[in-house]
Amino acid sequence: MAAAATAGSSPGSGPGDSPEGPEAEAPERRRKAHGMLKLYYGLSEGEGAGRPSGPDPLDPTDLNGAHFDPEVYLDKLRRECPLAQLMDSETDMVRQIRALDSDMQTLVYENYNKFISATDTIRKMKNDFRKMEDEMDRLATNMAVITDFSARISATLQDRHERITKLAGVHALLRKLQFLFELPSRLTKCVELGAYGQAVRYQGRAQAVLQQYQHLPSFRAIQDDCQVITARLAQQLRQRFREGGSGAPEQAECVELLLALGEPAEELCEEFLAHARGRLEEELRSLEAELGPSPPAPDVLEFTDHGGSGFVGGLCHVAAAYQELFAAQGPAGAEKLAAFAQELGSRYFALVERRLAQEQGGGDNSLLVRALDRFHRRLRAPGALLAAAGLADAATEIVERVARERLGHHLQGLRAAFLGCLTDVRQALAAPRMAGKEGPGLAELLANVASSILSHIKASLAAVHLFTAKEVSFSNKPYFRGEFCSQGVREGLIVGFVRSMCQTAQSFCDSPGEKGGATPPALLLLLSRLCLDYETATISYILTLTDEQFLVQDQSPVTPVSTLCAEARETARRLLTHYVKVQGLVISQMLRKSVETRDWLSTLEPRNVRAVMKRVVEDTTAIDVQVGLLYEEGVRKAQSSDSSKRTFSVYSSSRQQGRYAPSYTPSAPMDTNLLSNIQKLFSERIDVFSPVEFNKVSVLTGIIKISLKTLLECVRLRTFGRFGLQQVQVDCHFLQLYLWRFVADEELVHLLLDEVVASAALRCPDPVPMEPSVVEVICERG
Amino acid sequence: MGDGKKIISLADNHILLWDLQESSSQAVLASSASLEGKGQLRFTSGRWSPHHNCTQVATASDTTLRGWDTRSMSQIYCIENAHGQLVRDLDFNPNKQYYLASCGDDCKVKFWDTRNVTEPVKTLEEHSHWVWNVRYNHSHDQLVLTGSSDSRVILSNMVSISSEPFGHLVDDDDISDQEDHRSEEKSKEPLQDNVIATYEEHEDSVYAVDWSSADPWLFASLSYDGRLVINRVPRALKYHILL
Repeated sequence: MAAAATAGSSPGSGPGDSPEGPEAEAPERRRKAHGMLKLYYGLSEGEGAGRPSGPDPLDPTDLNGAHFDPEVYLDKLRRECPLAQLMDSETDMVRQIRALDSDMQTLVYENYNKFISATDTIRKMKNDFRKMEDEMDRLATNMAVITDFSARISATLQDRHERITKLAGVHALLRKLQFLFELPSRLTKCVELGAYGQAVRYQGRAQAVLQQYQHLPSFRAIQDDCQVITARLAQQLRQRFREGGSGAPEQAECVELLLALGEPAEELCEEFLAHARGRLEEELRSLEAELGPSPPAPDVLEFTDHGGSGFVGGLCHVAAAYQELFAAQGPAGAEKLAAFAQELGSRYFALVERRLAQEQGGGDNSLLVRALDRFHRRLRAPGALLAAAGLADAATEIVERVARERLGHHLQGLRAAFLGCLTDVRQALAAPRMAGKEGPGLAELLANVASSILSHIKASLAAVHLFTAKEVSFSNKPYFRGEFCSQGVREGLIVGFVRSMCQTAQSFCDSPGEKGGATPPALLLLLSRLCLDYETATISYILTLTDEQFLVQDQSPVTPVSTLCAEARETARRLLTHYVKVQGLVISQMLRKSVETRDWLSTLEPRNVRAVMKRVVEDTTAIDVQVGLLYEEGVRKAQSSDSSKRTFSVYSSSRQQGRYAPSYTPSAPMDTNLLSNIQKLFSERIDVFSPVEFNKVSVLTGIIKISLKTLLECVRLRTFGRFGLQQVQVDCHFLQLYLWRFVADEELVHLLLDEVVASAALRCPDPVPMEPSVVEVICERG
Repeated sequence: MGDGKKIISLADNHILLWDLQESSSQAVLASSASLEGKGQLRFTSGRWSPHHNCTQVATASDTTLRGWDTRSMSQIYCIENAHGQLVRDLDFNPNKQYYLASCGDDCKVKFWDTRNVTEPVKTLEEHSHWVWNVRYNHSHDQLVLTGSSDSRVILSNMVSISSEPFGHLVDDDDISDQEDHRSEEKSKEPLQDNVIATYEEHEDSVYAVDWSSADPWLFASLSYDGRLVINRVPRALKYHILL
């Protein structure tokens, strides 16, 4: 309605082409009327309850806005719009105005009947009101008469009423007096009977009256009597209280009565606490005795049970009674209690911690968790009573600490298990060596190690999982929900273990194992495979398992699986590289000794392949078998065809000859260099100690590369006689025959061996090579 | 190897000290010492120490480094297991009397303080095969040259253990320049102790490297294939050291 009206107002103040004449009066008034109407309907000015999307209700250029200012609007239009748009907006506006006019007319026609009926109703109401007015007048006169009568009646009854009141007062007074006179005897009787409660109640009732009328001698006497009796009563009560043997509730009763007798609360409170302390200390002593210097007889569950029911229960009673009794004491009293509870509580905690520390070394987690659960549950009750003493917090803290220590313990356990596994493996590796058989079950050993570690991890997880079991009371503490799961278990235990495993493994690479003897190479190989397995599957498996079991909700950053995997992979790679180095070193030492110790100038004509070379091939084969147990074959270059013979015969007859033939004539030493240099230009540089990949071929390639390079370097340091050179030739051919099958790229072996022979030839004053056919025959015979 | 009138020669397991007499062209064996132990022990390398008035000699045999006093011909220090494998070469720091570098078949270059023989001061592991040669620059001992049978020559900058102090000594004259120097140092600090350059010109094992005795910025390396490569310290580094 308001919107329609506002829209209607705009043509009224428009350029003057409005057909509605009566609207010529000042638009101000109309707006005011609108404002009032709006106010009435709760449409505050800018609120725009009917218009949900008024962009700015105060905008004077908003045609439908309450603050529409035609001048501004027109100005804006004139200034901003081109002529065509002006015309458009004008026609648009005229059309809108027409539409509004016709709308208004239809509205008026439609509502005409309603107006008429409304007028009728108003007329009828006027008549009815006139009738009602008459009746109201009559009612007023009647009421006046009634008031008059009632005043008269109360005046007549006044006298009698007063007398009755007085009589009742006297009666009450007499009864009270009677009670007072009887009081001493009653009190004595009560005291004799031991009904202290009753006595105290009587005394309480009479006290005030006696106090007031103590100037009258008769009352005075009564009061004196009473006081004597009360004193006796108090004495008795106190005595009972001090005896103290009758347990907390009775003591509490005593204290309550004494308080009612007006004894000083402060003192009572002290005394009460002192008594409670005595009792609780006794409990603590008994607990301590249980703890004892001797090995703890009862298990931890029993201990906490005992402590819970004895000490904590007692503390609960005391606290409850205290709060009931000394509630009036206010914050000072509460503080006293809190201090009291805190002191005793801390002593109790110290005891519990000592006991738990004894348990720390033990293995049974479930018992511990149950004990902790009891302990924690027990302490929640006083925790509610004694929020200030912070017992519950302290208890939770203890539980947390124990849990943390437990985690540390498990981590230690896992590490120890891992080291144990390693020792086992070492022994297993050493044993068959002695027996003469070459490590039969490397794969089995690996499987054993992996499964035993995994089972250890699982056992630890299961044990730790007890801490978060639903039915355990502290499992829903924020620490156990969040930090314990993510930081403690996931990061601390699992990630920590994997890391430490990697570290242990890596230490084998760094340690003085350089000397080779410290760690058996097979162990390196096995560890490397283990790490690789961890990288590929186990880590993610364990972490998933952990995440599932512990429903890690904590948002704190955790080590992602990929990081761990990368670490494991790195470890595996380092181990394998180290393995290659160690094995390569073993073989190259052998080769070096063989080259260095021999007098090459005066050897006889070669008849055999030297035993060292056979040994090298044997060792390489052994290594091949060993690695093959744990690692896959890997990729070879395609050129290795299945028949070794053919490849070699081709190689040695055509290429080898072609290469060596010119070099052995002393006239052309430069050609050799040139040739070998040109050849090297086209072959890739051999990176001897390059990192290896995780497969057998790569590992063996690495080992062979190291060995052959050593051979090459050693050969270069020696001087050879003719037969020396021939011996080298034979040896190299032999190696060629057997080593090619182990490596990824046989070209590499050829290249290195060629180098060896070429170097030997260069170091020979009389280079006469052997006939390739003879070489072959010797090699085949060997 | 020698200095002045004396010459040391290493023969299998003997150190022989010869006295060169100026008058005659003969050398007289002055004294000798021999190394005894199990197995066949041979000296692989030896150097005069340029300090202590040339009374010290260091030798390498198998994996052990030994220092000798030529006056008494007795052993003064011994670094057992200096390298995992054979020690190929060693060199004394020309400016710091207790420092020496060694290299060996374990692809490592190690720097030792002979007063503490239990562990190396620093270890470099840049080569991928035996390191045959190690040489300090004669005047700028942070420059260390190594040659290896992986056919590489590596020039490294060992500022942290050189006689050159960290950063620059500020002379009284250029107090005004102090500010500039400071900022310069800061920007250059992270560059320290690094490999300056790896020279891969050789196609085969490099067996010898040495610095020029004339120009401290020049060095040569010789490889198996007979190639002699002469290189220069990079200009930027040279200016950094000099300025």
